Amino acid sequence: MDLIDDPQPGQNTPEYTVSEISGAVKRTLEGEFGRIRVRGEVGRVFRAGSGHLYYDVKDDRNVLACTTWKGQVAQLSVKPEEGLEVIVTGRLTAFGAQSKYNLNVEEVTVAGQGALMALLEKRKKQLAAEGLFDASRKKKLPFLPGIIGVVTSPQGAVIRDILHRLRDRFPRKVLIWPVAVQGANCAPEVARAIAGFNRLTPGGALPRPDLLIVARGGGSVEDLWGFNEEIVARAAAASQIPLISAVGHETDTTLIDYVADMRAPTPTAAAELAVPVRMELIAWAEAMGGRLSRAAASGVRQRQQRLADLSRALPRKESLLDTARQRFDRTADRLDGALTAGVQRRRLHLSEVAGSLRPGLLNRMIAAHRNAFQARARALRPAQLQTRLTAEREALTRLERRLSIAANAQQQRRATALAGAERMLATLGYQATLERGYAVVRSGTDLVTTRAEASGHAALEIEFADGRLEVATTGARPTRKTKPEDPPGGQGSLF
Amino acid sequence: MSERPVNEMSFEEAMKELESVVDALERGDVALDASIALYERGALLKKRCEDELKRAEEKVAAITLGADGAPTGLKPVEGL
Repeated sequence: MDLIDDPQPGQNTPEYTVSEISGAVKRTLEGEFGRIRVRGEVGRVFRAGSGHLYYDVKDDRNVLACTTWKGQVAQLSVKPEEGLEVIVTGRLTAFGAQSKYNLNVEEVTVAGQGALMALLEKRKKQLAAEGLFDASRKKKLPFLPGIIGVVTSPQGAVIRDILHRLRDRFPRKVLIWPVAVQGANCAPEVARAIAGFNRLTPGGALPRPDLLIVARGGGSVEDLWGFNEEIVARAAAASQIPLISAVGHETDTTLIDYVADMRAPTPTAAAELAVPVRMELIAWAEAMGGRLSRAAASGVRQRQQRLADLSRALPRKESLLDTARQRFDRTADRLDGALTAGVQRRRLHLSEVAGSLRPGLLNRMIAAHRNAFQARARALRPAQLQTRLTAEREALTRLERRLSIAANAQQQRRATALAGAERMLATLGYQATLERGYAVVRSGTDLVTTRAEASGHAALEIEFADGRLEVATTGARPTRKTKPEDPPGGQGSLF
Repeated sequence: MSERPVNEMSFEEAMKELESVVDALERGDVALDASIALYERGALLKKRCEDELKRAEEKVAAITLGADGAPTGLKPVEGL
């Protein structure tokens, strides 16, 4: 066996086992880079069932795998979201089992305000699309809440400002729910506080407030970022208790401000929105009391006045009858006098009429009428009537005579005329002609005067002077030869 | 007009009704006997409001939280 073997290629190069080299790489990465900050855009985010968080931070060419262990996740002030521009802080390390390196991230911050604002816009759009900002969802704040719940840090100026302003305006019962107002715990604690207040029972050992104030003083966008988290906005939207948000200064608007029932520019302003001013209300109550008494009193006074006015206008009972009584008196007074005067007037008239009434007057009148009657009776005599009767009787006799003469004369004239007419009839009638040998031919009642007419009848009647004779005709057809007719269809004569 | 018992009303409700009672009385178009009832109602409402205004007291307490973040009780807060 040759002691000096052919040197194998690569004999000088150190040889590692896989685990050795993995460990060496890991040590080199950790030693060389230490704790670093990397800027990039968050890519795919995966939260494992174990609670560990796996995500990518990338730029336009490369990708850096990042991990945040379960125990570290709660410390992150910003949860990585896909598309968010961030600066991650952590230690570079390697995972030998997969031949991969990655960054163990302990802290995530949003890279610049532009990126933060872009993220906020995205959340605002989403919640607005869900209708969480709708004006119709806003609850009316109670006019005077009995208990006010404040979600804020128990230390610092904010709670002091709120309590001072409440004290000035209207001291109330206040329940403070202490929360972290910045950092990674802020959002979950605030969300839990809002939900927790809502879960309390009214009037219980821990009484449920009538109004909530979620407050925080001013700070950077990053400081206020917890109030831009979706869980806070959703908790505020879900609150059954009316909620005032007062986060940061007037110019800072966080997501919770959009879902709150009322947004106060500052914590002090929140206290002013929460309660009315007690002294003003006391003054108001006094004024109302004054108006109430005055109104009631004036109501009575006006009615008294009206009653007095009406009473004055009402006439006295006695005076209502005065006129009538006076008329009665005057009329009654005249009644006696009138009766006496009437009787006297009639008595006077009677005596005037009765004075001339004596029997002698009546006798004279009867004598005068009797004389007139006797004068007429004497003028009445029958001789006058008889004279007239004789004259009338003579006139009647004369008229009878004239009537008889006239009737006889007229009878004579009528007899003469009748004889003449008989003679005339005998002369003109055809019977006399028949005596001379003529005859009358008839057919039925019609007179037949021509041969042609007679040949048309089968029987004729002939009247002679001494009677009538029925005869039958024999030569009904004409004896004269008739001209022959043209042969039918023959040639017509040329002439 | 609602004839709810005055002590069941909130401060704001009592306030509103008191205003309408005073307005009605000032208009003077209420019958006399009704206006007496109205006045008595107004006086009750005013007393209700004044009692509430007198009751104003400040009491501040912080909620104490258990390890799980759930409320466990109250502790008075002073000096703020």
